[in-house]
Amino acid sequence: MATSTNQSEIKVKVENLNFYYGAVQALKNINIDVYANKVTALIGPSGCGKSTLIRTFNRMCDLVPTKKVDGQILLDGENILEKHTDIVSLRRRVGMVFQKPNPFPKTIFQNIAYGLEIQGIKDKSLLRHKVETSLQKAALWDEVKDRLNQSALGLSGGQQQRLCIARALAIEAEVVLFDEPCASLDPISTAKIEELILELKKNYTIIIVTHNMQQASRVSDYTAFMYLGDLIEFGVTKQIFTLPKHPKTEAYLSGRFG
Amino acid sequence: MNSFKERAFKYVFCVLAYCSLLFLLGIVLTLVFNSLQAILNINQLQFFFSDDWAPYFYPPIFGTLQLVISSFMVGAMACLIAVPIAVCTALFLFELASPRARAFLKPFIEILAGLPSIIFGFFAMVVIAPWLQRTFDLPSGLGAFTAAFTLAFLAIPQIVSITEDALSFVPKSFKEASFALGANRWQTLSKVIIPAAGSGISTAIILGASRVIGETMVVVMVAGGATALPESIFSPVRPMTATIASEMGEAAHGSLHFSALFEIGLMLFVITLILNLLATRISKKFRLKLGHGR
Repeated sequence: MATSTNQSEIKVKVENLNFYYGAVQALKNINIDVYANKVTALIGPSGCGKSTLIRTFNRMCDLVPTKKVDGQILLDGENILEKHTDIVSLRRRVGMVFQKPNPFPKTIFQNIAYGLEIQGIKDKSLLRHKVETSLQKAALWDEVKDRLNQSALGLSGGQQQRLCIARALAIEAEVVLFDEPCASLDPISTAKIEELILELKKNYTIIIVTHNMQQASRVSDYTAFMYLGDLIEFGVTKQIFTLPKHPKTEAYLSGRFG
Repeated sequence: MNSFKERAFKYVFCVLAYCSLLFLLGIVLTLVFNSLQAILNINQLQFFFSDDWAPYFYPPIFGTLQLVISSFMVGAMACLIAVPIAVCTALFLFELASPRARAFLKPFIEILAGLPSIIFGFFAMVVIAPWLQRTFDLPSGLGAFTAAFTLAFLAIPQIVSITEDALSFVPKSFKEASFALGANRWQTLSKVIIPAAGSGISTAIILGASRVIGETMVVVMVAGGATALPESIFSPVRPMTATIASEMGEAAHGSLHFSALFEIGLMLFVITLILNLLATRISKKFRLKLGHGR
């Protein structure tokens, strides 16, 4: 893994990021470089701030009314934490897959087409084309092509999660955020999602939060270990997992706390 | 001893729990039993399809078509007024209102829900009726529209609270998914949340309608009381409930008139029963659709 680290360009650069829920500081002076076409894993015990961090990349954290944030997150060099940032276009560029599969109670087709329709795309053949290619990219097309007009809630958990991935790909996201995407899935579905993530990184930049150490070591090129809002260590996954520099990282990876 | 206590508790609670069922059974039997005389002695075609209600004539005429039409007309108008106001109120409270506006508005809606209907009647008689009479230059302010307008405000709190429940049953994850795909608040509300809560909202509306059709006091006070077919939305009318309430005192116990009033009551019971069953069915489907147990 992580063979050509130096040549990769930086897609997202986090600089001196602080985040507060009311009076509680959830992120403390975070600095991370996320490389394009790589998988970056965020790991750490519950409450360490990794979910908060991933939710700042597409400003989902805006849903919390008491939040306060300072510092910068540069997406292709542009700070997305500005007041005037166009959040709608940001969220189109930075897609998100959630912990629990959350398809809409609509048909499979409508689920994928939703993100396009809200952009005003009405052309039926274009929609059909995009639905098909997104489902193919998410490795779901063969399983659902005969029942696109059935409810998405009839799919299995793993299929639903791949549908949610397809939904994010349909709007042509450049970065895809995965917030513990396999937390509610069985091992076989999990393996499929991991395989898919490795496939997707050819064309997308991927950031994944995971509780599963093996998963982080299997799929990621870079790993950030966080603890109580601090970024303890960030580096190439292989190095983090074999030669952690910080004693806390070592303790966490060897299962002494967390 | 302990097991005796436990069993005793169980029986006491069991009996109490079945009380309502017994009461309902009693109501149904009473309605049917007392209606029998009318069902057997009045031509039922005339009862349902004649619009002439003249119980004091010789021979008396018992036609209920205009009473049923009045009930439905007042009910439908009340719903037309109540539903948009109530649904928008619920959407506002659920999605748009700041916590402060919510904390301010909600108690007032709840107070409205708790007011006795006769108070609504007073307000309608003294304020709404004269105002409508002046505004539309009517011979009398007491009529179908006045009743509908008042009933609408009686039904609004209930529709608001059930609609709000339906909206809050929609998992937060749908909202997140929609936002994450670049949808704005309005798109999320209109394309994801409202469709997902759709059948819950329909349930709210049906229960509101059933409340309005069954309401008695307001229509006795302000509907006008004429037993003729309504000519306009402002015509004085007498819905089924008002007819029963205003004539029950005068009808001789055991007379045909008395029994005919019971048959109207039976009809009313069937109508509201159908509406309630419909509401239960729809809301069950809704929970299934959103993946909340059976």
